[in-house]
Amino acid sequence: MNIHVADGDIGNRTLAIVGELKSLEGPLLPILHAIQAEFGYVPQESLAVIARELNLSRAEVHGVVTFYHDYRDHPTGRHVLKLCRAEACQSMGGDEIAERIKTLLGIDFHQTTLDGAVTLEPIFCLGLCACAPAAMLDGELHGRLDTASVAELVAEARR
Amino acid sequence: MSLIHEIDYGTPASTAETMVTLTIDGRDISVPSGTSIMRASMEAGIQVPKLCATDMVDAFGSCRLCLVEIEGRNGTPASCTTPVAPGMVVHTQTGRLKDIRRGVMELYISDHPLDCLTCAANGDCELQDMAGAVGLRDVRYGYEGDNHVRARNNGDINAKWMPKDESNPYFTYDPAKCIVCSRCVRACEEVQGTFALTIEGRGFGSRVSPGMHEHFIESECVSCGACVQACPTATLTEKSVIEIGQPEHSLVTTCAYCGVGCSFKAEMRGEELVRMVPWKDGKANRGHSCVKGRFAYGYSMHKDRILNPMIREKISDPWREVTWEEAYAHVASEFRRLQYQYGRDAVGGITSSRCTNEETYLVQKLVRAGFGNNNVDTCARVCHSPTGYGLGQAFGTSAGTQDFDSVEHSDVVVVIGANPTDGHPVFGSRLKKRLRQGAKLIVIDPRRTDLVKSPHVEAAYHLALKPGTNVAMMTALAHVIVTEGLADEQFIRERCDWSEFEDWAGFVAEERHSPEAVETLTGVPAHLVRGAARLFATGGNGAIYYGLGVTEHSQGSTTVMAIANLAMVTGNIGRPGVGVNPLRGQNNVQGSCDMGSFPHELPGYRHVADDATREIFEKMWGVTLSSEPGLRINNMLDAAVDGTFKGLYIQGEDILQSDPDTRHVAAGLAAMECVVVQDLFLNETANYAHVFLPGSTFLEKDGTFTNAERRINRVRKVMTPKNGYADWEVTQNLAQAMGLAWNYAHPSEIMDEIAATTPSFALVSYDYLDRMGSVQWPCNEKTPQGSPIMHIDGFVRGKGKFIRTEYVATDERTGARFPLLLTTGRILSQYNVGAQTRRTDNVVWHEEDRLEVHPHDAELRGIRDGDWVRLASRSGDTTLRALITDRVAPGVVYTTFHHPTTQANVITTDFSDWATNCPEYKVTAVQISPSNGPSEWQVEYDEQARRSRRIAGKLEAAE
Repeated sequence: MNIHVADGDIGNRTLAIVGELKSLEGPLLPILHAIQAEFGYVPQESLAVIARELNLSRAEVHGVVTFYHDYRDHPTGRHVLKLCRAEACQSMGGDEIAERIKTLLGIDFHQTTLDGAVTLEPIFCLGLCACAPAAMLDGELHGRLDTASVAELVAEARR
Repeated sequence: MSLIHEIDYGTPASTAETMVTLTIDGRDISVPSGTSIMRASMEAGIQVPKLCATDMVDAFGSCRLCLVEIEGRNGTPASCTTPVAPGMVVHTQTGRLKDIRRGVMELYISDHPLDCLTCAANGDCELQDMAGAVGLRDVRYGYEGDNHVRARNNGDINAKWMPKDESNPYFTYDPAKCIVCSRCVRACEEVQGTFALTIEGRGFGSRVSPGMHEHFIESECVSCGACVQACPTATLTEKSVIEIGQPEHSLVTTCAYCGVGCSFKAEMRGEELVRMVPWKDGKANRGHSCVKGRFAYGYSMHKDRILNPMIREKISDPWREVTWEEAYAHVASEFRRLQYQYGRDAVGGITSSRCTNEETYLVQKLVRAGFGNNNVDTCARVCHSPTGYGLGQAFGTSAGTQDFDSVEHSDVVVVIGANPTDGHPVFGSRLKKRLRQGAKLIVIDPRRTDLVKSPHVEAAYHLALKPGTNVAMMTALAHVIVTEGLADEQFIRERCDWSEFEDWAGFVAEERHSPEAVETLTGVPAHLVRGAARLFATGGNGAIYYGLGVTEHSQGSTTVMAIANLAMVTGNIGRPGVGVNPLRGQNNVQGSCDMGSFPHELPGYRHVADDATREIFEKMWGVTLSSEPGLRINNMLDAAVDGTFKGLYIQGEDILQSDPDTRHVAAGLAAMECVVVQDLFLNETANYAHVFLPGSTFLEKDGTFTNAERRINRVRKVMTPKNGYADWEVTQNLAQAMGLAWNYAHPSEIMDEIAATTPSFALVSYDYLDRMGSVQWPCNEKTPQGSPIMHIDGFVRGKGKFIRTEYVATDERTGARFPLLLTTGRILSQYNVGAQTRRTDNVVWHEEDRLEVHPHDAELRGIRDGDWVRLASRSGDTTLRALITDRVAPGVVYTTFHHPTTQANVITTDFSDWATNCPEYKVTAVQISPSNGPSEWQVEYDEQARRSRRIAGKLEAAE
């Protein structure tokens, strides 16, 4: 997922994305999603370009980006593993699962493994409470986690 | 005297006309529908606790303190976001509400420093007030938890804590004290329209962020002060309050910067000015301000101020400090000698648009009654004299037709040759507010100003014409309206002279005035001109605002007439939301013109040749007045060079820096035998003066200023003049020394004389102004309340006059030697020649004038951003540093003129408006080339200025 790009390029590619989505009603969130999809995160350099093109202030764009946890301001590992930390999952052994995953990966939440393979993030409710505890790997949901399936999940992520 | 307390109603007033009656805490209250319960309560004197609401911005409903109970409704709705309804029964204080409020306050205070005693807001803190109002006694949650208050929690670094931002020179931002009510964010958006602030993050992590988590100074912030005013705590605080403490009394006065004429409360501690806070009842600014009026008053206490009168025999001598009596006696005897030796017309005076109406009136009275000639002129000569002439011809009055509130009713706004967000920022904000509500904007300007495109504002049309082609453009717009049948025939038949209209319509309809034909002159694509004309003619209420980009041209007066034509042909005169609105440059340009500062006009724009008018003044003043118009500034200078004009009394104007063709001005001044300068500082003109009379600031005198909407605002004395005398007293003393029996004890007596002699001011008096707040002239028997909008039922002159506007290209043309066109303008933080703003911290934003050059022109000449460039015209040359930007079109360069070393007027030529001699500042053919540093003239000039500022017995200030 993570692709490193030269700075000057970010501006141009942001401009292209904004140009494509600008005509939507309420284009800011779709643009930010597209940028995150493109770069793996929302580069700071993109924000001024978005502000200029949408005729918003830099402050406004900054306010929106920082409001949503999902928009990252730095690159992630190749894979992103999101572990649900909401009430239902916690009550179904989520804490234990979390500790297990941290140990397997050797990192804490919000960190990326040294080999750049996996970033671990907490998330508050995947809406999969019926299958708690739940996680999401690169956008794909995994439910009813246990020690064994967690190991499998981590192994898949580390690839 | 005490602090003027302004009631905060919590939410803006409703403009609805239907009234709604409800009961609040047992009291029946009637308010316009759409009013919030909070506002209705406050109008009845019931204060509902609140933190996030203030009446400058819309309700937000975030603080949860203003909750009320409404009979028959569930829950506890917020009173700020809940509108009143007929028959509603509201309770603002119940046991349940008290518990909720106290609980909310506990949460706020659990994350707030408890340093009230040493806090700058102590005595002016709404959080403190509310803690008292809800009866907060203890905080169950303690203070040890997660917080934004302390840099370290038990030794560990607190990531949530942010240090104080002191980057702005005038206020500080202390995030530790922030309660995230977002009043500042909303004030920046709704009132100022800059959108420089936001709330970053979410939940407990929410913080106010300038720009993208930047320092204030690096963000988009324009330092208008709206956020500081809105802040209920010490989070955003004026540095002056931190330094001095809370003020103890205040007076309402009027800002002395631009022609918007904002009302401010000067908040004082003794004779020390603590801060200037915009007054909500000020009808020009409605509680808003800009960086200049709000913060840039430090010049009044600056060490450069000259406080003692000075004399010298020759301008090469050092100054010698003398007593006031000696100075007056010297001026009186010199002026008498010059008149005896060279004739009565050898002396004259210049009034100031920076001084009060009363002071201006006295200077012209001194010239007419004391000198016995009409050699009086004013700096309006170099800015809005074409407005006076053009609008006088078309409508019959030399002034704008609307009040500033009118913009709230406009649907299409045309801005020509003006840059309100920099030059008239408070009006700029009011305009932007209307644009955000959906009004359309047409900008006619060679440069891409902020109004053309800035957050949430975008002009429907930007006609980026070549400097000097205004008339061609305006006539082309009229051509489209007339030939496409968009004229408002009914209005024209009723209000205007039909045969003159037919003549004019025939003229503009000629093919040579079509947008296609003038495209070669203006450089603006014809379809844009057609689009803009159609929009203006059919888009609803159309208002035209213009500035010096219209007047300071060889065809300035013609353009003003063309603007008047455009307003009349579309029927846009005589009601709210329309009209012709000159944006006046200086605080009292309107007033100085009204007061008879022109050589051919007595107060009230009455010609000196008019016997009846002269008789009024002759009777009042007990002298015989000359019926011959006197000399204009440029004529005085010409006559001086010719040796027939020898003495000049200049009050508060720096003609050497502000008038065109600096070398000619210098030669004229140098040829005079007695130049008297009355000013705060040794300005550039004083380098050529023989007598210097120290001036006083607007804080040091009583008087009135008349702003661009003809509004007469009171200026109130808040401190003793540092130089000992207000300017009107100095003029009076000088007059007395010349043998005139003047005896005004107070400026109010001068105003009474103005009212007695000038019909448009007939009812104006200080008592009346105190009662009304302010009033827009004409204010007489017919319109005792003043006249916010003029020409309502018909034009002052009778029938509106359409005048042919033939485009004549200026003689100032580009050619092989001078291929570029230079135009000039202002920047937000600086003001005109900068005598004041350069002596404040505003220099942080603009420490030097830069020459804006299009990248294409720069590349051709090998000029990079920041390089020194030589700027040369037929008149002279100067150097300044380049700023490469595409705001200017290729072929056009632009600079500001706030710094004397720039010497922009060495470049400008002596071409001027055909009718009024207003100089053609806005077009000069120039060439630019890379340079190593200051030009020879700049070096010579600096040396001359340094030498002429020496004061005997005082060490030269080390620089």
